[in-house]
Amino acid sequence: MKIDLDSSEAPIRETRLGAITGYAGSTADLVEKIERGELVERGRGFSQCSNCSSVTAICQLAMIQDAAVINHAPLGCAGDFTNFNFVNRSGQINRGLPVRNAQIISSNLHEQDMVFGGAAQLEKAIHEVKKRFNPKAIFITTSCASGIIGDDITGIIDRVEAEVGVPVVPIFCDGFRSKVWASGFDAAYHGILTKIVKPAAVKRRDLINVITFWGEDVFGELLGKIGLVPNYVVPFSSIEQLSKLSEAAATVQMCSTLGTYLAAGLEQHFGVPEVKAPPPYGIAGTDAWLRELGRVVGKEATVEELITAEKARIAPQLAQLRQQLAGYSAFAAAGAVHGHSIICILKELAMNVVGGCTWHHDQVFDNRDCRADSLKHLVDNYGDIRFSVCNKQSFELVNLLNRLRPDVFIVRHHGMSIWGAKLGIPTFLMGDEHFGLGYQGIINYGQKIADTIANPAYVKNLAKHSKLPYSDWWLKQEPFAMLGGEDNG
Amino acid sequence: MGEVIEQPRHFCALGAQQTVLAIERAIPIVHAGPGCSAKLFSGLSFCNGFQGSGYVGGNAIPCSNSGEKEVIFGGEERLRKVIDGTLKVMDGDLFVVLTGCTTDLVGDDVGMVVGKFQDEGVPIVFAETGGFKGNSYFGHELVVRSIIEQFLEPAQEVVPGLVNVWAVVPNLDPFWSGNLAAIKTLLTDIGLEVNILFGHDSGGRDAWKRIPAAEFNLLVSPWVGRKTVELLQEKFATPFLHYPVLPIGASETSRFLRTVGQFARIDDKRVEEYIAGKEANYYHYLERAADFLLEFRYGLPGRFFNVGDASYALGVSRFLVNDLGLLPGSQFITDETPAEYRDKIVAEFANLADNVSSEVTFTPDGGVIKNALKSINHVYQPLIIGSSWDKDIAAELKGYQLSIGLPTTDRLILDRGYVGYEGGLRLTEDIYHAVLGSYQ
Repeated sequence: MKIDLDSSEAPIRETRLGAITGYAGSTADLVEKIERGELVERGRGFSQCSNCSSVTAICQLAMIQDAAVINHAPLGCAGDFTNFNFVNRSGQINRGLPVRNAQIISSNLHEQDMVFGGAAQLEKAIHEVKKRFNPKAIFITTSCASGIIGDDITGIIDRVEAEVGVPVVPIFCDGFRSKVWASGFDAAYHGILTKIVKPAAVKRRDLINVITFWGEDVFGELLGKIGLVPNYVVPFSSIEQLSKLSEAAATVQMCSTLGTYLAAGLEQHFGVPEVKAPPPYGIAGTDAWLRELGRVVGKEATVEELITAEKARIAPQLAQLRQQLAGYSAFAAAGAVHGHSIICILKELAMNVVGGCTWHHDQVFDNRDCRADSLKHLVDNYGDIRFSVCNKQSFELVNLLNRLRPDVFIVRHHGMSIWGAKLGIPTFLMGDEHFGLGYQGIINYGQKIADTIANPAYVKNLAKHSKLPYSDWWLKQEPFAMLGGEDNG
Repeated sequence: MGEVIEQPRHFCALGAQQTVLAIERAIPIVHAGPGCSAKLFSGLSFCNGFQGSGYVGGNAIPCSNSGEKEVIFGGEERLRKVIDGTLKVMDGDLFVVLTGCTTDLVGDDVGMVVGKFQDEGVPIVFAETGGFKGNSYFGHELVVRSIIEQFLEPAQEVVPGLVNVWAVVPNLDPFWSGNLAAIKTLLTDIGLEVNILFGHDSGGRDAWKRIPAAEFNLLVSPWVGRKTVELLQEKFATPFLHYPVLPIGASETSRFLRTVGQFARIDDKRVEEYIAGKEANYYHYLERAADFLLEFRYGLPGRFFNVGDASYALGVSRFLVNDLGLLPGSQFITDETPAEYRDKIVAEFANLADNVSSEVTFTPDGGVIKNALKSINHVYQPLIIGSSWDKDIAAELKGYQLSIGLPTTDRLILDRGYVGYEGGLRLTEDIYHAVLGSYQ
């Protein structure tokens, strides 16, 4: 599908990628349903708090080191500022950057702004961030409130942009518009593609755009072995760096759930080829990903050498971990593609994956290329697995985990791990999305899982002393009893 | 028109979901967009001393996740279903429906939806906490008001010695658990029966039902909760004592106990004996600190600057002046104190002790505070007592910094509190830990 940069905003994932947030079945069944065009969204009569596009947009923008972000919203939408400031400061320390607070403010909309509009407040905010931070660009993230009252963000920007002298970029991420919070990534990238990225002045054959969050510098070593240099985006980049995304030899991503829109946009509009492959997690995925990268940058032979050498290097450790973990059961819950990636790793470790759950599912990606279909890759290489999709509905997960009682529960989303712990299930949240990357990543995960299982004292004690907030009635129902027809949630 | 806010130190009215969560086995039902609840949990709880999900917080909070459909066609039916599901799926004693911006802008008749459940005898109330209506302090007071108005019945009889305590705001004050526990212990020790209302082992729904039976309400805060105690006086004829200073350290705590004792007509002797015992212990340790405090040659804070809500700014200032003998620089109050309460607070700062006063600035905007701190000619090393936002400015001014308010992301906080005699010792330890830590 063509990324439309003439439009002021990116279409939400429900309409663009056929994304859904309610499904229960198995990985093979889901692949089949999608191929037959039979997949329909299922809502829930009852639901628990989800997440919104504003969070995901801000998570990509707030750590651009020389930009500023205005959250055009009432003050509660600034609830995530602190978290991203923490990420910002810890990331700056890691990268040897000057340590300072994230440059982000709230336009602090009040009741009178709901009546008269938030334009004056937004204009004030734009001038304030210019004065306070002197940023190279200003991003304005919208909110439910600004969207419903119909503030003319683009009109306001047209009025003030020349005066502030830097790009002022609207990011349309009203929370109520999409049930899929990943739509916020696309909103942020749409802004970057339309107003920050410039056509390439030169092409750099060694530079690879890496679309990711803020994981450790693992791509550096991996790509370094084949003479390539990673250009990590978007967090911790600069506006100049982003403006030159067009100069790279290719774009890769740690997770197509994150980068689908930006990668496709860079290929379609700026001629940077996207590496269309399953994610580089697990042996099969890493093989395919490296080979495709090698093909795109013309380094097939070097890549083959790397693959052989790396596999040989990890073989003894992998054999030992497989022996150690064989038969242990695991359950993984994570954002869509990264969830598939974690399951691939668990299967490589010979673990019994009793189930997986992702926070949404995109039926296709923007590149419409089946080689990048991570779910199909999982089914083709590792077989069928019990699988569900829920936008962080912990009542379903707790019910399911209570039945399955896996030996280990692996999550990638804040606030979910507590529910495994309350059940006494050894649980960890993997915050670093690069931890499982490549061949070494399998070993990393294996060791982490072995450690987690080795001493379950903390969670076992917690389980003895905590009470779940669910009724006995609910815990006796089927986990997906509330998953029904068309309702929201 | 509001100010733009950099470095927010509170959030919107819907932050009151955390107030509900602080009532044992009470469950918030959020009728709002999909991200509100998670953002507020992150800001008020996780990134504020890493307070956890607890019984039913974080991702367990029932929510309608209002979308395009609810915004266009209204969300009443959706809310009814979520309440219905909550009553089946969740295990709770009291349910509080809280609305967000989407609901309040669309104009759902939440009262009508909730009213039907109330008519069936479900323990459920609602509050319209759309984020644009006010801040988290406003939301906290609104939720308390909603429970009082929609759930409480007049008491058969007043229980002598029973006191309801209204003090710090749960979660927003990262030390709320420890602070409330300390107030409860102090008052119990002088002979009162204390209805602390929030936190572990506070009694949940039954404790809230006892509110009208109290002999009096005790407000320990410069202004947050004033409307609550006035409402309770109006509705149940319960008198109240308003003690505006958070009692930290011996001077203030002893004054607090004497004031409460007198109001509650507790035998002076009992109060004085208790104070004497506690002060002896307190000064034993404060004296132990004297060698360090008087002899440390590498610099001690010269002036202190509080950046926080009125309750902490005033309580900490009085403690530092009256117990540790420090001198104030400027104080910054971030809680958007309503205009009608400001004069009294300014007057308190004008008289922290004999001949000791401090300037006060009211602003929620960290950018303004940063600039004000920068513009001061700091002759001495400043001590900035605020939040994790203040790390940069403290470093720039070569000062000391301690996070005790939202957001606190550089400390894990469990049951620590600063109220009372022991609380004063904890604050002393923490301040000088910040000082000494900067030399290691």
